[in-house]
Amino acid sequence: MSDVSVDAKESAPEKGPGDNTRRRFLTVATSVVGAVGVAGAAVPFIASWNPSAKAKAAGADVEVDISGIEPGQLIRVMWRSKPVWIVRRTPEILEELKQHEANLKDPTSEAEQQPAFAKNYYRSLKEEYLVLVGICTHLGCSPTHLKNGAFEEIVEGVPDGFFCPCHGSKFDMAGRVFQNVPAPLNLVVPPYQYVDDTTMIIGSTAEEA
Amino acid sequence: MKKLLALMSLFVPLWASAAGSSVHLDEAPIDLTDKASLQRGAQIYMNYCSGCHSMKYQRYSRTFNDLGIPEELGEENLQFTGDKVTDYMKRAMPEEGAATWFGAAPPDLTLVARVRGGDWLYTYLRTFYVDKERPFGVNNKVFPDVGMPHVLQSLQGTPRETYEEVMVDGEQVKRYAGIQSDGDGALSPEEYDQAIGDLVNFLEYTGEPFRLQSEKIGKWVLVFILVLFVFVFLLKKDYWREVH
Amino acid sequence: MSGFMNWIEQRIPMMRVANMHAIQYPAPRNMNFWYVFGFLATIVLVNQIITGIWLTMNYVPTAEGAFASVEYIMREIDYGWIIRYMHSTGASAFFIVVYMHMFRGMIYGSYQKPRELLWVFGMFIYLALMAEAFMGYVLPWGQMSYWGAQVIVSLFGAIPVIGPDLVIWLQGDYVISGATLNRFFALHVIALPLVIVILVFLHIIALHEVGSNNPDGVAIKHKKGSLSESEKTPYKIHEYYTDKYDIADDVVPFFPHIVLKDLVAFCVFLAAFCYIMFFAPEMGGKFLEHPNFEIANPLKTPEHIFPVWYFTPFYAILKAVPDKLFGVLAMFGAIAALFAMPWIDRGRVRSWRYRCGLHKVNLLVFAVVFIFLGYLGGTPQENWKIIASQIATVLYFGFFVALFLYSKNENTKPVPARIPK
Repeated sequence: MSDVSVDAKESAPEKGPGDNTRRRFLTVATSVVGAVGVAGAAVPFIASWNPSAKAKAAGADVEVDISGIEPGQLIRVMWRSKPVWIVRRTPEILEELKQHEANLKDPTSEAEQQPAFAKNYYRSLKEEYLVLVGICTHLGCSPTHLKNGAFEEIVEGVPDGFFCPCHGSKFDMAGRVFQNVPAPLNLVVPPYQYVDDTTMIIGSTAEEA
Repeated sequence: MKKLLALMSLFVPLWASAAGSSVHLDEAPIDLTDKASLQRGAQIYMNYCSGCHSMKYQRYSRTFNDLGIPEELGEENLQFTGDKVTDYMKRAMPEEGAATWFGAAPPDLTLVARVRGGDWLYTYLRTFYVDKERPFGVNNKVFPDVGMPHVLQSLQGTPRETYEEVMVDGEQVKRYAGIQSDGDGALSPEEYDQAIGDLVNFLEYTGEPFRLQSEKIGKWVLVFILVLFVFVFLLKKDYWREVH
Repeated sequence: MSGFMNWIEQRIPMMRVANMHAIQYPAPRNMNFWYVFGFLATIVLVNQIITGIWLTMNYVPTAEGAFASVEYIMREIDYGWIIRYMHSTGASAFFIVVYMHMFRGMIYGSYQKPRELLWVFGMFIYLALMAEAFMGYVLPWGQMSYWGAQVIVSLFGAIPVIGPDLVIWLQGDYVISGATLNRFFALHVIALPLVIVILVFLHIIALHEVGSNNPDGVAIKHKKGSLSESEKTPYKIHEYYTDKYDIADDVVPFFPHIVLKDLVAFCVFLAAFCYIMFFAPEMGGKFLEHPNFEIANPLKTPEHIFPVWYFTPFYAILKAVPDKLFGVLAMFGAIAALFAMPWIDRGRVRSWRYRCGLHKVNLLVFAVVFIFLGYLGGTPQENWKIIASQIATVLYFGFFVALFLYSKNENTKPVPARIPK
């Protein structure tokens, strides 16, 4: 804008007196209105990068029937194109959670990686069912579920857990991350709620609904 | 040249039918701001059209939201396919069945108002008439030999062509004078016209669901351009005053 | 800051180029409203490129997915409909401003010596633009996309011997198909825009080399040393021009004078553009044809097929000739004749203001005939139209023949040495 007025003065011929206040006002006003116009024209282009109606429809809540899950079994469902794990934890697994706290980065889930209702010892609404977004908090790979002692090879004395094949991050059966691995945070617990004893909804909590 | 002629000959029956369909089109009562009309239109569409026709570019949820119908209410009363509310409005009938039963699959109706125009649809849906020669026992004034049955007959009643005797150049001629129902339908002729008006209004909406939004934004854009014009014009005048 | 600017300027002369071509370029002060269409065409080009890039983000170039993806853009992407309508309205707007721009060149003799190449580059832009628009119209894969492509590609079948094989090669299939769509997409989004941008660049370089014409067709650049100081322009004009010539007191600098003038026109243009875009994007079936809202169906031709309005004058010429090969030749000849304008017109006086009465009549008749041909080519065939389009075709070519004949020894008015006050 300052360039405009400089050039205007330079190019003004000697003949004819230019009313400079008027000209400066009009230059500024036109520039401001023009800038508003450019900003307005940019809105559709920026907004068009938002998730489309299709993506939003795909990101809607998912209803899951959990009656068929065996003790110890993990099932995967898609929510917002991401894998969500639902694990039915046995009493042994729940008991085990208390044994390795000293090895964890954030045993009490201080970081906001879960809805308020899951900021508890088991990181879940009902302790039996663990719900996690199955994506490593390091660089986004999906960790592997190692069970019935298979995880002992990764962490001594811990029979079950999740191991990320990409960069070796380790998580326990509440999705809590072990120390000395690249992943910084516990696995994310998505919002969810129970409709009844055998059905849960992934994507919203009871308070929202 | 031969190829072109062959191509041309393909059009001849279509041209003939187009010529035969030169029926005067009635003006459809389109008003996209009339939510009640659009809701009634949606209801007729879902009950009478969605069985055979798809609307595969339009979602239930968007339709309900735009028309001011609560999603739960719409899901319960206007959705018959068991789809999710966020799904596209697919037809209830399987694709293969549609093609065998009607000879050709019933066309998708999302954009039908943009292809045919509201007036055409409004007239078309009101000019079915009894014709024993046709497989479904009905024919149509603006779409001769149409492959679609008169699904709204239960509303309109049995429609029949009427003729009047007129003198043209001293000769008695029978002239088409519109369609009249036997009166055995659920609606009176006025109510039927209004129902079709609502339906066409709904189809007009689905063809361009953002029409009202577009005009709203458009008004502000034009006001803005006027403001910009005033400043640019004054500035231009200021610079050019000394030139002339 | 100025130190940094100098550092850059010594390495790449941005300010010098900006001054030379966009700020201190000498423009005749009598340029009237006919002279805004080049600027507007540039604006529309930018609009087409930006909206085109955005459309490409969600468009699916396959026979199965193209139509649905356009509706997806219109319905499911936030403000996708604005971007799509900007592009579709822009296509028609492009031809409106280009036709006005070309007619301006014709009435003021802007193609005459020394601007022959400038005109030829412009004609190449027009040709590339027609190819670009044609291929772009195929992409939505509606009924008109499909059958329009069918008819236009079939034209190449008129070429003796190789014609039929050429058509199949162009289509990449025995009919217009997904393969055709794919190659048209590639040409439409990459190849032709690149060609058009390069041609526009050359067009502007050529313009700035020879200088802008004006409604009086009077030179503003005079031989060095031929003007007294008082006759020279008081405005700051770049040395590139003043070193070679004396620039008369008939010019204004491109910035701010011409830019502001163009911006006034731009506001008017923008208002019309936005009105169509927001309130009548189909423009009564002229900008977006009704049958194109139906997905392409290779088994069913729409009742009436026409190209989009900007092609219809040439389409009418094609149809006017009862033989396919000669029809195609006539159509291409109609465009070729425009290319040859600088050599068909043998006159020395540029502007129609100083040329004979016959020339004015000839130009006006040509404009009317061109619009009439457009009408004939864009409405359903009727018997009277066959004769009418044949007469109009003769008149179209008659314009060039008459111009060639009378321009040799034309009775012209005296042209002033300087732009009249």
